[in-house]
Amino acid sequence: MSADILYTFEVVINGLMSGVLYALVALGFVLIFKASGIFNYAQGVMALFAALTLVGIMEGQVPFAHVINATFGTDIHTFGWTVPALLGIALTLVVMIVFAWMVHTFVFRHLVGQEPIILFMATIGLAYFLEGVGDLMWGSDIKTLDVGIPQGGSLWVENISAHLGGDDFYGFFIDKLDITASIVAAILVAGLIVFAQYTKQGRAMRAVADDHQAALSVGISLNFIWVLVWSLAGMVALVAGVMWGAKSGVQFSLSLIALKALPVLMLGGFTSIPGAIVGGLIIGVGEKLFEYTVGPMVGGATENWFAYVLALIFLVFRPQGLFGERIIERV
Amino acid sequence: MKTKTFVTAAMAGLLAGSAAWAELVVPDLSYRTGPYAANGTPFSDGYQDYLNLLNARDGGIGGEMIRINECETAYNTEKGVECYEATKGDSPLIYEPLSTGITYQLIPKVSADGIPMHTLGYGRTSAAAGETFPWIFNYPATYWDAASVAINYLLSENNDDLSGKKIALIYHNSAYGKEPIRTLEALASKHGFTLSQLPVDPPGQEQKSQWLQIRRERPDYVIMWGWGVQNQVAIQEAANVGFPMDHFIGNWWAGAEPDVMPAGMAADGYKALNMNRVQDYPVLKEIQAQVIDAGNGAGDGSNVGQVLYIRGMYNAMLTAEAIAKAQELAGTSQITAAQMRAGMEALEITNARMAELGMEGIGPEFKVSCQNHSGSGEGLVQQWNAAEKKWVPLTDFITPDKSVIDPLIAEDAAAYAAENNITPGCL
Repeated sequence: MSADILYTFEVVINGLMSGVLYALVALGFVLIFKASGIFNYAQGVMALFAALTLVGIMEGQVPFAHVINATFGTDIHTFGWTVPALLGIALTLVVMIVFAWMVHTFVFRHLVGQEPIILFMATIGLAYFLEGVGDLMWGSDIKTLDVGIPQGGSLWVENISAHLGGDDFYGFFIDKLDITASIVAAILVAGLIVFAQYTKQGRAMRAVADDHQAALSVGISLNFIWVLVWSLAGMVALVAGVMWGAKSGVQFSLSLIALKALPVLMLGGFTSIPGAIVGGLIIGVGEKLFEYTVGPMVGGATENWFAYVLALIFLVFRPQGLFGERIIERV
Repeated sequence: MKTKTFVTAAMAGLLAGSAAWAELVVPDLSYRTGPYAANGTPFSDGYQDYLNLLNARDGGIGGEMIRINECETAYNTEKGVECYEATKGDSPLIYEPLSTGITYQLIPKVSADGIPMHTLGYGRTSAAAGETFPWIFNYPATYWDAASVAINYLLSENNDDLSGKKIALIYHNSAYGKEPIRTLEALASKHGFTLSQLPVDPPGQEQKSQWLQIRRERPDYVIMWGWGVQNQVAIQEAANVGFPMDHFIGNWWAGAEPDVMPAGMAADGYKALNMNRVQDYPVLKEIQAQVIDAGNGAGDGSNVGQVLYIRGMYNAMLTAEAIAKAQELAGTSQITAAQMRAGMEALEITNARMAELGMEGIGPEFKVSCQNHSGSGEGLVQQWNAAEKKWVPLTDFITPDKSVIDPLIAEDAAAYAAENNITPGCL
């Protein structure tokens, strides 16, 4: 087989893998939008905050050390201990649950019944607030995140595929981090589906997503469900933050990964978990193939804008996205 | 008694007022928040700590205290321009925006307002032509110098022959990242190597396509013009695709601790240019003792000695030396922005002076003139030792190929002068 075909295939595989990483971010948006109709602008910052908190806990960093030192003239930075990755993840999940409760209690409970644009603007404020709190709490320096996820090209895949082409084909490159992310995403989605389908709280969550008023009339606590949904979005944000943070270190640009999720949501629909996954895969493959085939002819760096073009093309034919709920309005 | 108290208070107020008026105002357009905070913070810490050292140790410069006016830009061009507009009424002596994007926006503004701007190893390269850009300075080196230094280093590694070699440039898809292309293209035709260009859209969190292309094309060397997260991701991706780190060279904005630390041991051997040698200078001990331990540090002191901290300190030293020169030329300690410009244009940095300041060998010797605002253009190559977590200088300062760069600067400056109806000449 010619090297060109094999390399095209390699681009497709890597596009799929990148798509999984995009979908991880998009999932958090979908969960909150589906249950409460809020487009959560702060989802990217939640991923950053979760990753910052995880590193801070694992390294035994004293939260708000800069503020404490500046206020009291002390010089404390760490507790002097480190925390294993799994325990760190568990503790970070607790922090994200507390965060979810606070967001609901102090912000959104007071905005029930407001227009969607008001709720959206509240999430913009939340994003900036959370970014500032993250900075004060853990500092703005780059942090290395090591939770034991392997990185680098899989030599096994490279070696077994190298003979498929001639001398100018070096075997397929697949990053072990991307393989891990795909497995984690599959487990996460399966877990969310099982939770939503087969547990009492999951069914209540779906009932709220279908009709708030009806759910309320049968005794479902909206307050609890919204805290639950924000907690799940926090968990998804943690997973996304860990995967992206392992690549680049945990730093404030991590919040911008939300921009990668927007075309995924436009394409997959704002209310569908499978839509987020399929949308992520289509965007991932589409942008990588376009960059590989057309990019060199137009000066490269096409991925950011092409993802949006692709999403817009889908929107023309299916405004609700591939898996979104059909919009039917009658006079 | 009441009258005496009133007179005393009035006198104190008058003295305080005149002291405030006589201050040397130096704005610091910093970025401690946003996606580039990890790079902006150590630079600003080094910049401010050195100026604070001068205040604490010497009572300022020439007897006048320095007042730092910090303004947060978040490395955002619009915010940078807002910072300029917000601070220019404060009689600033100089602007140093630490952003090529902000620099491009401020060039016409500072030129019209008569305030000098210094862009240390960044900004518009052709501003080196002082007769066209009398208010802009980019000493000790420019991006085009950096590109040439990188190629000269590779020539030295390849018996002065790069013909037939493939060199890839992976760059921040912005005004900053595109700066070296022109020089590298000229150098490619001079030395016979092939240049491929790989833009990365900022911030650069996702670079899979670019590194798959590098893996396919197998260039002999990769040069990087990156900033912020682009650098960290590129170094990690280079390690992932198995590109040899010692054939991967970043420019001087892609060669600091935050760039290599996230990749851990995988970054070992990565090379980068530097305009300021990193070592344990005596002045750092003075900063620690008289500024940080005294509770007047811009940060918590954890950045002291890092590449970008030392660069910020080096930048502040050049500014302080220019202020001193301006005071000397003007015959007064209370200088204006125009007098500051004259001081910058007469600046001369010698090895003896750097040693006297407790930072021997930190940068190249250079002399600024009306015709040359960019200094010597020299840079060195350093390599990351991941085990010891430190940068090791591999070379002394390397001279760029001025025979290629100077005509390009002259051409670009002439085009700018024509576009803006400027008649080049010395002020």
